[in-house]
Amino acid sequence: MCFAESSRSAVLKRACFLLTVILLPTSLLAQAADIRVAVAANFARPMKVLAEQFSEDSAYTLTVSLGSSGKLYAQIVHGAPFDLFFSADQEKPLALEQRGLAQSGTRFTYALGALLLWSGSKPAGTSVKELLLTGEFQRLALANPRFAPYGTAADDVLQNLGLLEQTRSKRVLGENIAQTFQFVASGNADLGFVALSQLTPLESVAAQSIWRVPATLHRTIRQDAVLLAHAADSDAAREFLTFVRSERAARIMEAHGYRAPSHSGIQQQ
Amino acid sequence: MTLSDTDLAAIVLSLKLAGTVTVILLVLCTPLAWWLATTRSSWRGTVNAVVALPLVLPPTVLGFYLLVAMGPQGFIGEITTWLGLGTLPFTFTGLVIASLLYSMPFVVQPLQNAFLALGKRPLEVAATLRAGPLDRFITVVLPLSRGGYVTAAVLGFAHTIGEFGVVLMIGGSIPGETRVVSVEIYDHVEALQYANAHSLAAIMLVFSFLILLGLYSVQSRSTASLWPSR
Repeated sequence: MCFAESSRSAVLKRACFLLTVILLPTSLLAQAADIRVAVAANFARPMKVLAEQFSEDSAYTLTVSLGSSGKLYAQIVHGAPFDLFFSADQEKPLALEQRGLAQSGTRFTYALGALLLWSGSKPAGTSVKELLLTGEFQRLALANPRFAPYGTAADDVLQNLGLLEQTRSKRVLGENIAQTFQFVASGNADLGFVALSQLTPLESVAAQSIWRVPATLHRTIRQDAVLLAHAADSDAAREFLTFVRSERAARIMEAHGYRAPSHSGIQQQ
Repeated sequence: MTLSDTDLAAIVLSLKLAGTVTVILLVLCTPLAWWLATTRSSWRGTVNAVVALPLVLPPTVLGFYLLVAMGPQGFIGEITTWLGLGTLPFTFTGLVIASLLYSMPFVVQPLQNAFLALGKRPLEVAATLRAGPLDRFITVVLPLSRGGYVTAAVLGFAHTIGEFGVVLMIGGSIPGETRVVSVEIYDHVEALQYANAHSLAAIMLVFSFLILLGLYSVQSRSTASLWPSR
C-alpha cells in the first residue's frame, strides 16, 4: 500500500518534471521574442552590444537574426515575423515601405559605414595603397557590387582611381562583406575592400597593411533601419529604435567603426 | 523567360565543370570502388567512412577547410605554389578539385554496389579460361557493371551541377571561371532580380528532373528485363 502510493507520487513527480521540460522552452521562446530584429551581417558586432545594453536597461529582450540584406529582405517579403529591419543599404527599407510591409515614417539612417583596403600578406616596405595603384597583386577581393553596398562603394573607389579596367581580371567577389573579409583573412586574396568595422579596433593591425579609404572616393554607405508593419503597435520595438538613436548607442557604434549620422554632421534625408 | 549572356555563360560553365568532374571521377573511382568491394583489409571501414563524409558534412565545412587548405598558408596551397600553379581558390581547377571530393560518394557507391553484386563466380569462370586479372576486369567486370557505371555517371554529373555551398565559399563569383548556375541564381536573388532567378531556377528544376527520370526509367527497364531470364 505504502509502496504503491510512493510509486504513484514518483510517477506524478516524473510527469511534472516532463511537463516542465516540455513547457520551459516555449515560455523561454515567448520571452525571447519581445523584439525580433533582422540585421545585415556587417552590423553584427555593434548590434550584439546594443542588444545587451538595451536588455539590461529595459524589460524587453531582443532576438537577432543575421544575414545579407537581400536575403533578409526576401524573407520579410515572404512573411518572416521580424519586428525591425536593419539593412546595409537604403533601397531595401524603402522598397519594403513602398510595398506596405514597413511602417511609413519610421525609416532612418542608423549608421554610416566606412571602407578599408586591407592586406593580410603585404610585403614589407610598401603600403597597401601603393600596391593597389601599381597593380602589384594577384587578387583583389570586394563584395559583389551588384547587391552589396560595401561592394558598390569599392567599385566607386576603383572607378575614381581609374583602376576599374586594369583590376577587372584580378577581382574576386564575396557574396557579402563577411565573405570578402574571409577571402583576405585566409590569404587567398592579397588585397581586399572590407568594412572598417570588421577590423576595429585598428591598434592591433599594422599601419602599412591598411588604407582608410577617404569617404570622398565613394558614395556614402548609409545603412537604414525601419519598423516593419507586422510590429506597428509594438512599444518594445519603438523603444529599441529610440535607443538606437541615443547618444549612448552612437558611442557604441563609433567604437565599432561606424559613424552615427546625427554626430557626423551629415543631414538625414 | 529571358536568359542574359552571363546566365548562358554560367550554364556552359556548370556543364563543363560537371563533365570534367564526372570523367575524372569515373577513372579515379573504378580502382577505389573495386578495392572497397573486394578487400579484406581492416582499413576498408575507414576508407568507406572518409569517402562517404561529403554526404553528411555541410558544404560549409568542406568549403571552409578547402579555402584554408588551398590558401597560401595551407598545405595544398604550399604544394601548388611550389609547383608554380599559384593558389587554387577562385580558379576553375580549384572548383574541379573541390567537386571531386564533394561528388565522390555519388560515384564510388554505385560502382562498389555493382562490383559487389557481380560476385566471385564470373571472375572464377574467366580465370579457368586463362584470362589474366586485367583481361578479366575489362572483358568481364566492366560490361557486367554497365548499369552501375550509368548510375555513377548520372549521379556524379547531376550532383556536381547542383553543387552550391562549396563553390560559393571558394569560387569568388568570377564570370566564366567560377560563377556556375547555382551561384548565378543566388546572385540574382541577392540583387532582388527574382524574374531572372526564376528563369534559371526553372531550367535547373526541369533539367534535374529529366536526368533522374532518364536514369530511373533506364534502371527499371534493365531490372524488368532481368526477371524473365532468372
